[in-house]
Amino acid sequence: MSVDIVPTTVERARVESPESRTQRISTGVLITVIGVLLLWMAFTVDKSGQIALSDAFADVKLPTLDVPGTATVLLSALLVLGAGVGFITGRLSARLRFVAGVAAGAGVLVGFIVWAAASSSLPFTLTSQLNLTLEYATPLLFGVLSGVLAERAGVVNIAIEGMFLTAAFAASLTFSITHSFVAALFAAALAGVMMAGVLALFTLRYLVDHVIIGVVINLLASGLTGFIYQQLVAKNLAAYGTVQPMQAWRVPGLESIPFLGPILFTQKPLTYLGILAVPLVWFLLFRTTWGLRVRSVGEHPHAADTVGINVVWTKASAVLLGGLFAGLGGAYFTVGSVGAFQDNNPTAGNGFIALAAVIMGRWNPVLAALMALFFGFARALAQTTKLMQLPIPSDFIEMLPYLATIIAVAGLVGRVRAPAADGMHFVKSH
Amino acid sequence: MPVTAQHDAPVLRLRGITKRFGSLTANDSISIEAVPGRIHCLLGENGAGKSTLMNILFGLLEPDEGEILLGDKALTLTNPKQAMAAGIGMVHQHFMLIPVFTVAENMVLGHEPGRAGMLDLASARALVRDLSARYKLDVDPDALVEDLPVGIQQRVEILKALAHDATYLIFDEPTAVLTPQEIDELMAVMRTLRDEGRAIIFITHKLREVREVADDITVIRRGKVVGQAAPETSEAELASMMVGRAVDLKVHKAPAQPGDDRLVVEDLVVASPTGAIAVDHLSLTVRGGEIVCIAGVQGNGQTELAEALLGTMRPLSGRVTLDGVDITHSKPVDTIKAGLGYVPEDRHRHGFVGEFSIAHNLVLNNLDEYSKFGALDLKKIRDNAQARIKEFDIRHGGSHDQEVRSLSGGNQQKVVLARELSRPLSLLIASQPTRGVDVGAIEFLHGRIVEERDRGTAVLIVSTELEEVESLADRIAVMYRGRIVGIVPPDTPRDVLGLMMAGVAYDEAVATTKGAPA
Repeated sequence: MSVDIVPTTVERARVESPESRTQRISTGVLITVIGVLLLWMAFTVDKSGQIALSDAFADVKLPTLDVPGTATVLLSALLVLGAGVGFITGRLSARLRFVAGVAAGAGVLVGFIVWAAASSSLPFTLTSQLNLTLEYATPLLFGVLSGVLAERAGVVNIAIEGMFLTAAFAASLTFSITHSFVAALFAAALAGVMMAGVLALFTLRYLVDHVIIGVVINLLASGLTGFIYQQLVAKNLAAYGTVQPMQAWRVPGLESIPFLGPILFTQKPLTYLGILAVPLVWFLLFRTTWGLRVRSVGEHPHAADTVGINVVWTKASAVLLGGLFAGLGGAYFTVGSVGAFQDNNPTAGNGFIALAAVIMGRWNPVLAALMALFFGFARALAQTTKLMQLPIPSDFIEMLPYLATIIAVAGLVGRVRAPAADGMHFVKSH
Repeated sequence: MPVTAQHDAPVLRLRGITKRFGSLTANDSISIEAVPGRIHCLLGENGAGKSTLMNILFGLLEPDEGEILLGDKALTLTNPKQAMAAGIGMVHQHFMLIPVFTVAENMVLGHEPGRAGMLDLASARALVRDLSARYKLDVDPDALVEDLPVGIQQRVEILKALAHDATYLIFDEPTAVLTPQEIDELMAVMRTLRDEGRAIIFITHKLREVREVADDITVIRRGKVVGQAAPETSEAELASMMVGRAVDLKVHKAPAQPGDDRLVVEDLVVASPTGAIAVDHLSLTVRGGEIVCIAGVQGNGQTELAEALLGTMRPLSGRVTLDGVDITHSKPVDTIKAGLGYVPEDRHRHGFVGEFSIAHNLVLNNLDEYSKFGALDLKKIRDNAQARIKEFDIRHGGSHDQEVRSLSGGNQQKVVLARELSRPLSLLIASQPTRGVDVGAIEFLHGRIVEERDRGTAVLIVSTELEEVESLADRIAVMYRGRIVGIVPPDTPRDVLGLMMAGVAYDEAVATTKGAPA
């Protein structure tokens, strides 16, 4: 045949499928309901809100903004409502819908913060809110990287929580004995890698269902740390349970930048490490040979096998590296924040929140890290507003980060594409 | 054109290869050879052990007995890297390409260029361009594989095998997903590679292709070499060697006696969950007593059309009626009640419950009739099973309690068809009814489908196998990108059908084939 009639790429018209229509409308309804709530909140305040741009400890004092209460919240509510209606009617193009989604998110945040400030006699300190965001996001950043690495290689990682817990305990115990942060972080990373080793061994060698072994690891971590705590640490708290938590390290020079200094450059070393780890993992996954192989075994392990890649070891290496990051994240819960390990669920579901961030971030380390920051923000908001004595119970505000997780995962994520062979077992076939 | 493979390369021999999986002997002391400058066809039915043998040769599986010799040197192949180093390349039946990677990324995977572990995609792209130019197989290095039509994906797969300058090339069932024109192109590529001095092993079960391209033929049945044949051997002879008895390759059927319109599809639009239009304003009528075959390359909306008719996918717009009753938005439970019988494309996932017995699978669509007050009527189920097994010649290990997954592909398909035909139907939809089914069973299944037609049922067959379409159809509807390109009689020349399957309208296709006679 002289004429090449076969086109070299397939292009097809796209329309809205019934599935995405349902998702669009439910998202729109959700946004509208929040908008109506904000509308009502706008009329519960009768004074302006104080938004502080620096706190009492800042080197450079910035003015406190005086924002009209009802007007601002009302404006935010209308913005959110507009976005919601836009979603429901379906008149928005994909690009505009993205803009509307961002506008709705921003509207909710601004509206809530101004409402909180206007409902309280105390100002809302924006710098400490954002500083806390980074602090609370620290373990999530590490957890997210652990999840992204394992799942890109095709191993479902719901064991992040267990890795956190074991590492938190190992860090606390090691610090109590050695009084060295380096040794504590090293022990935490090792604990994370060991738990990841259990995950790798059972999923890759013994072909146990990934979710089941993940649950088992979480239970194992809880039992193991509790047992050693009771048998060893609780009997001699002075020797095994005494930790001076890590202090913030002010980056010389940068810390005195107005506004940004107290947010970005007054953090604990673990936080800097977490932020730097994100581009590192992105680079490993998308710019190295190892990363290409990891992604290939997560998508189509048989294809990887036929070009001579050792599928099982490639998967294992990604899971183990993920364990290292989860271990560092776990250290946050003891030496990185409160101090000594307490046998009272110190990790508080953060491993699962990290998992949600992995999915919302579509298995991309950078997007997932942004989602981790979002969850950090929600938790920081609960903390910041708790001190302002708002007219709603503080328990409700404490619930916010988890509520945000549910809404974000159920309503706003919808259909995302996981690595094709995520959670599948690799068996050489005939 | 630089010829790199040497004509004096040594012969690659497999000697006495035996491979067992549990109690199954997939390869029983098989010996074959790959001679540079020749195309060696390995002919055998599905499950005869051809792919197992090639996976052994490519280092994906290790043989229990036997040896592989390159010239007079024994090779130990425990992974594909060693096979590639020995000059062996393989084009896999199911493409070993990663859909979300680009062509360049797929090409270098496992042998990535770059220093210190960094990925050097620029030289990967250069490699693709080099190979494309050298073998005159055009591909875009930056295209995502999932966006490419299957024909082009296969080019990538071939280039990937050639990237290591393989002297011994294995093509494992390469024509299964191609249009006739693409098959011709592939044959030409294979001949060129042979003439460069490469040894080609071509695995297939399609007789026509074997006769067209082979220099040597080895026939394999149930894991054993049953004989050699010359390329001149007739199709009927090859078929009987392959199956072990004389087979009738033709479907015997009387001319259709079409009655009234039973299935009427008007302006149907179906979108896939990602929002791509899969079925694009399609209209089609199937009358009682006729077989309409949907021909087309896989992925042109056939699956979505069948699922929309059954009711597992929701159409966006359009109208479907069965005997005048609107079933556009009906759920499967209602369409089945309305008299629709359905043989799904992927029987393992959608056709039966593998862990259930033959008897239970045979009544899955009609449990109300086989239960009393919510409890299964085991005696009735057993009696039904015995009757159906006899009627459909379902060959099992001795009992109707056997799990369906342990049956051969052909017998599994008989179970599915027996269940669907066990009640009066107004419409039978069968997707790929004989995929992965042995020749003996194909005969039987085709016969039953024709019988159902003669009962006055409207029959809609979706098939990517042109042989099947030509022998079964009373009318052929060619589908391309969600539309019907044209409806043609079953004796339409293959060239014309091939062009239509690539989206060329009937008149134009006829003109093109007349202008350039094959």
